[in-house]
Amino acid sequence: MWTIALKETSSFFSSLAGFIISGVFLLVMGLMLFFFPDTSILTGNYANMDGLFYLAPTIFTFVIPAITMRFFAEELQSGTIELLATKPISDFRIIMGKFIAGLFLIVLCLLPTLVYYYSVYQLGSPKGNLDTGGIMGSYIGLLFLSASFLSIGIFASSLTHNQVVAFIIGAFLCFFCHWFFFYVSKVPAFVGRMDYILQKFGIDYHYSRMSKGLIDLKDVVFFLSVISVFIALTHFVLRRRKW
Amino acid sequence: MSIEVNKLTKIYGSQKALDEVSFSVFKGDILGFLGPNGAGKSTTMKILSCFIPQTSGEAKITGLDVKTDSLAVRRVLGYLPEHNPLYKDMYIKEYLLYVAKLYQLDNSARRVRDMIELTGLGREQHKLISQISKGYRQRVGLAQAMIHDPQVLIMDEPTSGLDPNQLAEIRNVIREIGKEKVVIFSTHIMQEVEALCNRVVIINKGRIVLDDKIEKLSAVSQVSNTITIQFAPGSRVDTASFRQIDDLKDIQPKNENSFEFTSSGDRDIRVELFDASVAAELKIIRMEQRSFSMEDIFQQLTTNS
Repeated sequence: MWTIALKETSSFFSSLAGFIISGVFLLVMGLMLFFFPDTSILTGNYANMDGLFYLAPTIFTFVIPAITMRFFAEELQSGTIELLATKPISDFRIIMGKFIAGLFLIVLCLLPTLVYYYSVYQLGSPKGNLDTGGIMGSYIGLLFLSASFLSIGIFASSLTHNQVVAFIIGAFLCFFCHWFFFYVSKVPAFVGRMDYILQKFGIDYHYSRMSKGLIDLKDVVFFLSVISVFIALTHFVLRRRKW
Repeated sequence: MSIEVNKLTKIYGSQKALDEVSFSVFKGDILGFLGPNGAGKSTTMKILSCFIPQTSGEAKITGLDVKTDSLAVRRVLGYLPEHNPLYKDMYIKEYLLYVAKLYQLDNSARRVRDMIELTGLGREQHKLISQISKGYRQRVGLAQAMIHDPQVLIMDEPTSGLDPNQLAEIRNVIREIGKEKVVIFSTHIMQEVEALCNRVVIINKGRIVLDDKIEKLSAVSQVSNTITIQFAPGSRVDTASFRQIDDLKDIQPKNENSFEFTSSGDRDIRVELFDASVAAELKIIRMEQRSFSMEDIFQQLTTNS
């Protein structure tokens, strides 16, 4: 499992793709939070990092499937899945190895954003006047969200041997799981009847609750369920061996 | 140490890829697996290597069932898939070390060194897999299949795309391993089977059409009852001169000076034909006994069905 995680991480950075994906993520974040006036923290007058946590799901909808698209699609394309599947390692461990590698890469992408925290901390008036608890909660929420997107992306990658298709399916499923239930709850037929229940099915609902710095067991259970479901689905797809 | 396959059947959708295939291989055997394209060779190997499950029947490797003891089977088995898939963005050494770690070997680094030496990859070992030629990639594939010193080695077309020198080297490697392990490999090259194997299984349309020791096949191939004789130009051949030879069934003129003699028995009648020719004052300039080659046997078994 760790062997696979290590190999995936190193092959991510042995190709330019790894640096490009994490570079683009940080570039977009930097531009949005410190340069473009509409979304900039500096022109927002409040010492907070809401911008980051508001934008992150949108950007992760594209960044995470871009990381995961090659995980299985490339193995299926090149036939190396046959090597991997005939080694004494269970399908579940293969999936978890890749999952861990993905999580590590995302943490690596997120680590530099701690610089933003430091900047906002220094710029606050008075200095250090910001809601550290809220930001910690948001980071934890973002990690759960990333892990969910990751499992979705891995599932998408196991469906096809075409990386572009894997990316598009992954991005769509991330969008679907995050926003669909929120937007569909606004359909007049549901408003006032089951809109609240519907919203609870979306990742968005649980993510915004965590962003307030409130770590509720219910939300944690929700995220863990999403992750388990998609990992189980990936396992199922791999077991069928229909390629 | 053995492979036992019993009534193995694999159905893809509506197509029967394998139909009750049974055979067994024991220690010290090198089994050549032959058959036309699409006969079911790769399917059998994929089932044996635990990559795809069979529809029915059972396969046991060193007594372990491939379906129920999959992980244990994979530990004792080395497998080189068809087309030899490899991670092209890895370095040879890095890749072999990765495979060694997947097998959880204690002495990974040493095994990698040994394999590089065994397969003659020494000069290339620091290159990227995408940079090396097909022959060297094939060696990397072999190295990864043997890195954990498997008891059973299954190789799907291990010698495709190799030049004659590499071919000889790889064959030597396989022959060495075959002495104390169980080896199955598939190939399209008949000479390879004759040179390397002591057992042959020919499969056609999912069924086994031949399963025999190679010595027996060679014995069969020597006994042929068709002899072609070419006489000196201008000879006047009277077929009656050969009538007294026992077992001679038929004489067919092939062209002006050549005749094809067919005998009915297993006896070699070449000496008698020579004597009869001398008696009839005919000068033989060429005499040839047609021998059945592996190709003939293969074609015979895989076409008329």
